[in-house]
Amino acid sequence: MKEFVEGSHAIAEIIKATSPGVISAYPITPQTHIVEDLAQMVANGEIKSQFVNVESEHSAASVVLGASATGVRVYTATSSQGLFYMQEVVFNIAGMRLPVVMTCANRAVSAPINIWNDQQDSISLRDAGWVQIYAENNQEAVDFHLIAYRLAEDKRVMLPVMVCMDGFILTHGMEMVDMPEQEKVNKFLPGYNPLYKLDTANPISMGLLADPDYYMETRFAIQETMKSSIDYLSEISVEFNSVFGRDYKDLLVEEYHTKDAEKVIVAMGSVCGTIKEVVDQQRAKGKKVGLLRLISYRPFPYARVYEALKDVPKVAVLDKAVSLGAYAPIAVELKAAFYGKKKGPKVISSFVAGLGGRDITLESIDEVFRRLTVKEVNSDFIDLKPELLKEEYGE
Amino acid sequence: MENSPLFRSGHTACAGCGQAIAARLVIEAAGANTIIANSTGCLEVFTTKYPETAWGVPWIHSLFENSSAVASGIEAALIYLGKKDSTNVIAQGGDGSTGDIGIQALSGMLERGHDILYVCYDNEAYMNTGVQRSGLTPFDTNTTTSPQGAQSTGNLRPKKPVPEICAAHGIPYVATASAGFAQDLTRKVKKAISIKGPKYIQIHVPCPLGWRYETNQMLSVAKLAVETGLYPLFEYEFGVLAGARQITPKPVEEYLKTQGRFKHLLNSPEEIKKVQAVADNNIKKYNLKAEV
Amino acid sequence: MFGPLNVNPSKAKSGKTGSWRTLLRPHYLHKNCIACRMCLMICPEGCVQGKEKNAFSVDYNYCKGCGLCADICPKKDITMVPEEAKAEDK
Repeated sequence: MKEFVEGSHAIAEIIKATSPGVISAYPITPQTHIVEDLAQMVANGEIKSQFVNVESEHSAASVVLGASATGVRVYTATSSQGLFYMQEVVFNIAGMRLPVVMTCANRAVSAPINIWNDQQDSISLRDAGWVQIYAENNQEAVDFHLIAYRLAEDKRVMLPVMVCMDGFILTHGMEMVDMPEQEKVNKFLPGYNPLYKLDTANPISMGLLADPDYYMETRFAIQETMKSSIDYLSEISVEFNSVFGRDYKDLLVEEYHTKDAEKVIVAMGSVCGTIKEVVDQQRAKGKKVGLLRLISYRPFPYARVYEALKDVPKVAVLDKAVSLGAYAPIAVELKAAFYGKKKGPKVISSFVAGLGGRDITLESIDEVFRRLTVKEVNSDFIDLKPELLKEEYGE
Repeated sequence: MENSPLFRSGHTACAGCGQAIAARLVIEAAGANTIIANSTGCLEVFTTKYPETAWGVPWIHSLFENSSAVASGIEAALIYLGKKDSTNVIAQGGDGSTGDIGIQALSGMLERGHDILYVCYDNEAYMNTGVQRSGLTPFDTNTTTSPQGAQSTGNLRPKKPVPEICAAHGIPYVATASAGFAQDLTRKVKKAISIKGPKYIQIHVPCPLGWRYETNQMLSVAKLAVETGLYPLFEYEFGVLAGARQITPKPVEEYLKTQGRFKHLLNSPEEIKKVQAVADNNIKKYNLKAEV
Repeated sequence: MFGPLNVNPSKAKSGKTGSWRTLLRPHYLHKNCIACRMCLMICPEGCVQGKEKNAFSVDYNYCKGCGLCADICPKKDITMVPEEAKAEDK
């Protein structure tokens, strides 16, 4: 049923539909509306979930870890500093192979403190062993949570999944969303049937010390599972389409006018809506431009990216995050995807935009296309205010 | 066949480990219908080195400071599954993971009212990493990070009162116990398990390596700690002192001379006086002196 | 699936820590035992067995020779003997 809703409320509604046994979260802007709505649903008796009001994000992640290990479906949500504060638990959850699902309301990180959107938080945790998928709009944000549980709880996977949605832009944005009906949710996502759990009827020990004889294989196993998840995402997408009638193709990338394009922007998340508008405008003027939208950042779809861009002469990678002292995060992956390959873009330029919530406008995207020339650039900041840099502090 | 199916032989604790004794007594008192969340530390390392485990009950280790929160999640899941009434949940760790790095998660667990027993095995320093000072290291103790030297008599701060901090949450039960008083320890664990809500038991567990005494001296060391008044055994109910084990106080020197970690104090009457003041204060505070 | 390293205790391996003993091992005299179970209670390894008087024994596969059982025995019915005396013990 189509509803005009706030993104956060839509997420709370879909989490309610998945009937988690335990929800635990600690408030942080811009995640708050999601967990407030869930708390109200629990208070109203609309869901039977246990809602654990913790004293920190570290404990929120630890509570869902413990509950997931006890064999129930779990949910948490956070953002920015909160994600960083739970970082060691985030790694721990993946290493223990627990199918936790988390929403990351993407936000800039401190210092300076800033509550507005970029993607530095989740991208900084790219090596944690979580699948990370990025939504462009609230319909996707809703649908991706169902897909996240399906993938995480798949007995071939048993890895946590982070659904990333841009803070404020999506979490607080009002959009039309086709809310999945409960019967269809039940059909697509059956109840969680754990592969292993803490149970007095069949006691097991979890979280053991692994010495050099055993540790490496645990990491290798996650790496292999991540690679296989590329195919599982596509499988799940087909099933999702058959139940809900929305086709996310392989759930790895979206190709928007890339086939004959001479210039393509690669980006992730809500900014892709803006880029599509610019592509439409420029196409109307006869310019051969396009967009390759990344949906899955971990696992990174190298083969799909290669296929999509191998005949495109110029590619601009637009990062909403930085790796200070190195190339921007997505740009690194793009360059790696083509290194040593026969085909590929002549130019892969890297641009950084929208940090700390600075608006990425239609003009910003035009500027990216303008700066995408034969001269390759790296970490070129868009919409920078050079006059601010002239100010000096201290002696 | 091992004599305890819940805590099996073959673990790699040091010979004479007080924590191993206490941990076995705790799980035997709590019984098979128990799930344990264990912090990082000696107990975790010596009982669960893959592919071995000493635990016959469901057991999980996540991190150093989060066993209280992991246990909270287990308890919440058991409530959701309708299994809480038939299952005990224990969170446990050493003094560092409990009173230092994990005190926030512990406080949260107590404040939220989870039906969990928290057990702190207090060997009074970070033993797993090589005897570094913790907040629960006693006054004047020589550790690797509070060494005795020309300008120092060891750890210059008093022991952190974690039981009182827990009691201040108004939880139904707080107790201290000792590996040297097995029956008292067993009774307290059984009592705690029978009470609904958050409970905290802190057990004094001598460490032959960190405290520097012969492995067969565990009992006398543990008993002297209690009998001098340096480790009072008391119980709090709903934040109010409910009782303490009565003693005929012995001078602290008798305790100090049993261990290498206090050796530097033995020729310093002044420092012994200060340690005696700690014991005297406990004796007064908890009314430990037996009526003659 | 490899990775979570979960272990079922009924199938778990168990280290034979008896090899740690270097100097002394407990010797149960079986003369004055009153079956108070103190030795069983104090053993950090949990490797003392027995129910009846003068019928307690220690599993040398696990005993690390700490001497706590001999120390706690109220009847002095357990003594620590040099590890070399192994053969005659058996």
